[in-house]
Amino acid sequence: MLWVIQGVFSFIATAAFGILFNAPKKTLFHCGLAGAIGWLIYFTLQKQGVDAVPASFAGAFVISIVAHILARRFKMPMIIFSVAGIIPLVPGGMAYNAMRHVVENDYLASIQYAARAFIITGAIVMGLVFAEVFMQLIFNMIRKRKAKAIGDVM
Amino acid sequence: MIEIKEEELAIDCFLLAGRLLMQSGAETYRAEDTMLRMANSQGLTSAQSFVTPTGIIFSAGHQRPTRIIQIPRRSTDLAKIALVNGVSRRLATEQITLEEAYEELQRLDRANLLFPTWVQIVAAAIASGCFLILFEGMWKDVAAAILAGGVGFLIFVLMHELTKVKFFAEFTASLFVGITAFLAVRFGIGIQIDKIIIASVMPLVPGLLIANAVRDLMAGHFVSGVAKGMEAFLTAFAIGAGIALVLSF
Repeated sequence: MLWVIQGVFSFIATAAFGILFNAPKKTLFHCGLAGAIGWLIYFTLQKQGVDAVPASFAGAFVISIVAHILARRFKMPMIIFSVAGIIPLVPGGMAYNAMRHVVENDYLASIQYAARAFIITGAIVMGLVFAEVFMQLIFNMIRKRKAKAIGDVM
Repeated sequence: MIEIKEEELAIDCFLLAGRLLMQSGAETYRAEDTMLRMANSQGLTSAQSFVTPTGIIFSAGHQRPTRIIQIPRRSTDLAKIALVNGVSRRLATEQITLEEAYEELQRLDRANLLFPTWVQIVAAAIASGCFLILFEGMWKDVAAAILAGGVGFLIFVLMHELTKVKFFAEFTASLFVGITAFLAVRFGIGIQIDKIIIASVMPLVPGLLIANAVRDLMAGHFVSGVAKGMEAFLTAFAIGAGIALVLSF
């Protein structure tokens, strides 16, 4: 039940973000889908006791791969599908805690939270980059195989 | 080789496409790539382009004109990116002529493809409510998060219209998110003020900037990457400052 609720709400949240970013209307559903898949992976990993950093990495990685596949299908830029999806992974809570400790003049604790927020953002970013490289390798391989198949026929 | 007049039109067309892309929040490498692809399809094979978030330099090649176009404002409009992309794709595959492409781009330049403001505000409010659940907040707080998220985004839109200074708008918006959350807790609509605030500032988070900054850096566009990263950082700082102001009371 928990997973259903998380899935549905992450879907709605991401689709709503699609509206804020003015994604094309027919892609809103797919934006939501990418976001929900990424969030469910992040959430499941977190529940399994995985740290937020690798969990964010995995979530962003999967979102980016889904976005690449959708981009090929719709013949549209991939950022349309990925930007809304990564929003739930952004470490808002950490940044908030960092800010709260600054206000309380507890700079040491604030730096701890800020560093953590920074690392998690870095993990999201690395997830996006790794997925991009990964997809490029796969697409190149498919293209080569296709070219070879055509060559064999000739 | 194409005629001089046609060349002028072609360069106008490429620059417009590049400007529209950058204005709508596309990655720098996409703008450069699109312009060069369009140029190649028109026989300008030695064209060069240099794109930054605030301006584009495009040269049609040796002994040919070089032109600059300014990008005065930027927003997020993914639909426009997709449409400009479509126009350039059709031009490159010769489904449309240069004149048709230019006309279509000019129409896109004038068109307002954004969702109506009230839809955006409702979307921001709903997103805030959903985030509260995603961050494992209490069901009782959902109403407060929806209210704070909606108010925050409304203030953001209003202040951005009014002052045209993005960071100030973000600061005021997060300030109002904080105030609304505080009042909601005060009057018993909400319970956990932390979770309500975190969920409600999410619509202001610079997600597109972060994603774009990284993709630009990875593509070797360090000028754009650092500039966009800085913008994202300043936005995050503005949001944080607004919240901090509320928390300090």
